[in-house]
Amino acid sequence: MPQTLEPLLRGHAFFAGLDPEYLPLIAGCAKNTVFPAGRFAFREGDPADMFLLIRDGMLALEVAAPGRGPITVQTLTVGDVAGFSWLIERHHRWQFDGRVIERIRAVELDGACLRGKCAADPELGYELMRRFAVLATDRLQATRLQLLDVYGHVG
Amino acid sequence: MWADTEPWRLAAARRESADTVTLGLEPPAPFVFDPGQFNMLYAAGIGEVPISISGDPGQRTRILHTIRDVGAVTHALCATPPGTEIGVRGPYGSHWPLHTAEGGDLIIVAGGIGLPPLRPAIYQALRHRDRYQRLVLLYGARTPRDLLFTGELARWRGRFDLTVEVTVDVGDRDWRGNVGVVPDLIGRVTFEPGTATAFMVGPEIMMRFTVRALLERGVPEDRVFLSMERNMQCAAALCGHCQLGPFLLCRDGPVLSYRQLARWISLREI
Amino acid sequence: MRYVLDLGGLGQLLAALRQRGFRLIGPVVADGAICYGEITSAADLPAGWTDEQDGGTYRLKRRDDGALFGYNVGPQSPKKYLFPASATLWRSHPPGTADTDDEKPFAFIGVRSCELHAIAVQDRVFLGGQHPDPLYAARRDGAFIVAVNCGQAARTCFCVSMSAGPKADAGFDLALTELTGEGGHRFLAETGTPRGEEVIADTPGAQPASPRDATAADQIIERTAAQMGRAMPAVDLRDLLYGNLEHPRWDDVAARCLTCGNCTMACPTCFCFSVEDVTDLAGRAAERNRSWDSCFTLDHSYIHGGPVRTSARSRYRQWMTHKLATWTGQFGTSGCVGCGRCITWCPAGIDITEEVAAIAADT
Repeated sequence: MPQTLEPLLRGHAFFAGLDPEYLPLIAGCAKNTVFPAGRFAFREGDPADMFLLIRDGMLALEVAAPGRGPITVQTLTVGDVAGFSWLIERHHRWQFDGRVIERIRAVELDGACLRGKCAADPELGYELMRRFAVLATDRLQATRLQLLDVYGHVG
Repeated sequence: MWADTEPWRLAAARRESADTVTLGLEPPAPFVFDPGQFNMLYAAGIGEVPISISGDPGQRTRILHTIRDVGAVTHALCATPPGTEIGVRGPYGSHWPLHTAEGGDLIIVAGGIGLPPLRPAIYQALRHRDRYQRLVLLYGARTPRDLLFTGELARWRGRFDLTVEVTVDVGDRDWRGNVGVVPDLIGRVTFEPGTATAFMVGPEIMMRFTVRALLERGVPEDRVFLSMERNMQCAAALCGHCQLGPFLLCRDGPVLSYRQLARWISLREI
Repeated sequence: MRYVLDLGGLGQLLAALRQRGFRLIGPVVADGAICYGEITSAADLPAGWTDEQDGGTYRLKRRDDGALFGYNVGPQSPKKYLFPASATLWRSHPPGTADTDDEKPFAFIGVRSCELHAIAVQDRVFLGGQHPDPLYAARRDGAFIVAVNCGQAARTCFCVSMSAGPKADAGFDLALTELTGEGGHRFLAETGTPRGEEVIADTPGAQPASPRDATAADQIIERTAAQMGRAMPAVDLRDLLYGNLEHPRWDDVAARCLTCGNCTMACPTCFCFSVEDVTDLAGRAAERNRSWDSCFTLDHSYIHGGPVRTSARSRYRQWMTHKLATWTGQFGTSGCVGCGRCITWCPAGIDITEEVAAIAADT
């Protein structure tokens, strides 16, 4: 079964350029998963011990506020990765609700399993950390731009 | 040249969003303009403002202007009842270089009230669809309620020869589309950067970030075009207010290439 | 062709111009300075007056030779008439009317070389584009120019380094050089146009100039050129300023600049104007007015939401880079003619040549 996931991993933008030798190792922590529309892939505050390589569908990162209803801060779709909390010390909890807007097909990676492999093979750990650093930076920049509220009325 | 033209007649006004209205104005004679150009609209006794033309360049007897209510003059224009005569001077300024874009992909990027000045270019590109490879429209707004031309966006989405990606900074309960910023859309769509041309209008910050995303993907500096905004009073390259470095935006702009703007656009208070 | 005329001849020349229907504008003493005003004869000219200028300083002084043009440049320039400080562009009643100048054409008397260059600069701005300004065109049309070659330079003058003087080289109908020494008080007159020739022909006192008078006039101009109080550094100003838009010197000058806009008001080339629509209380009659604006005001760069250039640093940078560098990109010529008015009339004595030198020295 893991062998069948290697092509999916190789084909996902997140692993582009990764030494193919690592794919079986990563595939050992991976499984195929599907979330129907309207469900939650994860909930704010729950332990974050996995991440998703989205192959299809759309996921909304939401936060609920009393009286305001859910507020979507970002949507993720094909080629995106949902979740990096599993990798970051002291942050192993979901920060947002992951609500499925359109049926999601994804590869789910087990965080504890991957952390173990990274600890055993720091080169793999570095490769993954590099990729998540880019992801986190992209998210941070997008968030800053959102905070600027560039379309709003000034003054 | 100041107000010696016959007035135009406001034939219809259409509310696009809470603060934005499209005026359909009838010129005294058929009116020809290039996509990206603007007119000076006069609210009687209050003042004049530059407003981009937002309609189809093939339509010469009803000229559309989409106006966001942000000040005294735009407020008066947005509240003008149909039938009223309005002073119009124009068209002024440079236009979207649609010919430059021919043969390659055309990426149109709009933020907020930036969509109306691009709409004439979209109409023109669709009219001559065979002259371009991929045609992509990326559009961002603050919230779903701020989106303009939603009916038309839905129709465009239904076309197979036009890719439309819409995103909002903040979604709401009913929004099922993208939430995120416009520059992030650049990485999500398929196009050929080497031959692509990009047209862009939006808040300056959004444009600076989006230009970076385009350049990182390999779109050449001289094929990225931006429409810029500064204080504009005469539209005749005389009054000096619309200076942006060596450019008088009413004459040399509003559309300029990023290659022309690169030195100036990231400077503060220029 | 060069002629010589004495004081009486100058009077005849002015009379000939009036006879031809010109409205004479020339130097007059007013408000403690030598200004431009309407004159009727040579008696209105500032005989025996000169001025002393430096950064932030202007004083009228007497001189003992009775010279009529023995001063440097005053706070005003022909801009006062060609591009008046305020004008009505359009009125709804009577429909479509504007300020036009149906009056007589101007004859400007005593225009200096820097001012001729400034007129040429404003001609390019107001008449050289796709939408010529009808008001400027009406006032400029047919204007007769009697230039005067400067007999002295102020401490604030730097026209030589801007290739704009002190000798009038183009753009005049007649150019005078005032001679007061040996041989008596007289004027060497050079014609620049057929119109100038015609007016000289109507001036009985004008005689062909002797080689001695011509040499004397040339020497005066040479002496003035050597007297320049200041000089613009001989560098490529466009390259220098484009390359130093974030130079710390802008902070330095911003600490001294009061953003009062005096430099832009006194400058003979500054052309910015603001447009304002006004209406009567009943909302029936409306008019559109324009008045001189300055890039030192916050409103100048106002777009919805606020001004683009809020700091003094950015506004001084805008003024100076426009004047010396971006003007070239906009109109194909520098916006500075080296008249020194911005130095004299700056209450803080900020000196454009010194600011350029400071940036050039630290690049």
